[in-house]
Amino acid sequence: MSALPDWSLAPAADIARAVSDGTVEVREVVAAALARIARIDPAVNSFTDILGARAIARAAALDAARARGEALGPLAGVPFAVKNLFDVAGLPTRAGSRINRERAPAARDAALVRRLEAAGAVLVGALAMGEYAYDFTGENVHDGNTRNPHALGHMSGGSSGGSGAAVAAGLVPVALASDTNGSIRVPSAFCGCFGLKPTYGRLSRAGSFPFVGSLDHLGPMARSSRDLALAYDALQGPDPEDPAATSRPAEPALPDLDRGIADLRIAVAGGYFANRGDPEAFAAVARVAGALGVTGSVEIPEAARARAAAYLITAAEGAALHLDRLRERAGDFDPAVRDRLLAGAMLPAPFVERAQRFRRWYRDAVLDLFREVDVILAPATPCRAPRSGQTSFVLDGVALPVRANLGLFTQPLSFIGLPVVAVPVWLDDGLPLGVQVVAAPWNESLCLRVAHHLERAGAVRAPVAALEGAP
Amino acid sequence: MTDHAADMPMPDLDAYAASAASVLGLALDPAWTEAVVANLRVLHAAAALVGGFPLPDATEAAPVYAA
Repeated sequence: MSALPDWSLAPAADIARAVSDGTVEVREVVAAALARIARIDPAVNSFTDILGARAIARAAALDAARARGEALGPLAGVPFAVKNLFDVAGLPTRAGSRINRERAPAARDAALVRRLEAAGAVLVGALAMGEYAYDFTGENVHDGNTRNPHALGHMSGGSSGGSGAAVAAGLVPVALASDTNGSIRVPSAFCGCFGLKPTYGRLSRAGSFPFVGSLDHLGPMARSSRDLALAYDALQGPDPEDPAATSRPAEPALPDLDRGIADLRIAVAGGYFANRGDPEAFAAVARVAGALGVTGSVEIPEAARARAAAYLITAAEGAALHLDRLRERAGDFDPAVRDRLLAGAMLPAPFVERAQRFRRWYRDAVLDLFREVDVILAPATPCRAPRSGQTSFVLDGVALPVRANLGLFTQPLSFIGLPVVAVPVWLDDGLPLGVQVVAAPWNESLCLRVAHHLERAGAVRAPVAALEGAP
Repeated sequence: MTDHAADMPMPDLDAYAASAASVLGLALDPAWTEAVVANLRVLHAAAALVGGFPLPDATEAAPVYAA
């Protein structure tokens, strides 16, 4: 065993510092990451493409630039990987599907991949996901299921299952993911890592395969709030290639990360968000609230209708996106995705329009709440990670399908694009749970400040999974 | 506030699925029909829940959300 630091498990912030001050070369960091991926990932199944040659060439270029005296950026030498709906030059953007892998290889990287690399990071691979992102489980009939690194017989969560699993398994310190209805927050909760779903429109989606244009978000996942903020800051900035991207200037979160919470009004979401879950889901929220000294609660109005409306818009927009593929190649879809998309295609237009009109009302009602509070806490999932292949569970005495209900606490929040950081809570020796730290639009920095405060207080943490056979 | 969700009768979704598939040019494999109809049932219930909420006529749709 070497006495040198294991760079494959180091935080992104430490890697960037060590690379920048010459303690380690990027090629060493990348070699350690690639070796760990080769050793560990066969058990986890989080990667669909390992980009060894690209990463090694990029590392050599960064080391050469540093030798010339050039500054490498805030993510110098940090390995990262991306959900396989991000364009990666030279790869077909499969988006978890069988059909898309027949596409021509992408000509260039997605906007957010380019931004992380411009900050000095090194792309090492593409990550597994539920087909076309219509998933909360991390299961995929084409690529095999992604396993939860903390309990290999359990779901990783999805649809960004590869992103959550790769971070939790210590394969990369940072991963990029997407969240339409909860696809960053559910795997963050199940895999016990931090995930940021920013405000709708904050981060460019250019060069990513869409699912539901009016609900799609991209964001980072990491094992610490500092690494999350570091990545998020590098990802920000307007982009005319994404029609929904904000023209607001970047608002870096890292400078405020240590500001504490003394000036923040924080409350727990009651009503809808305090029912339909296992007791430990609410115990996780209570643990976080206790660590923050929070006793008050607020009720987000009409959250059940909000979830229903998000469900309708998702089904209809997703089906419209895939209609030609459903006509020509329905048999090549994952059956669980195909059947929902076929039903979504048949939705009468007035039902969908009504859902979009309700969205306007609900947005205004929830924004009113943020006159009284700055941050709201809510469970991320109704339960811990179910077993792989589990199709039903019981919530509040009612048997429900797993696949459709893992997002019941995430959907009403992404529906109106609120920024959320999912923080990992470990109540006992069992699997982790997630708590959503929610703020008003454009206040990602508040979510990250609260997450960082909780981390420093020891209330939340994202340990690397102790995988069998791993050192 | 009215909530018609529980009151709306469930239509014949098997027949609807067959007609809608024809209109949309979708070949609905008989083996898939049961699952598609089950999903239509869930969507119909969601639509009833959303539709049961009274909205002012002036409330415009938010197809692309601007925060």
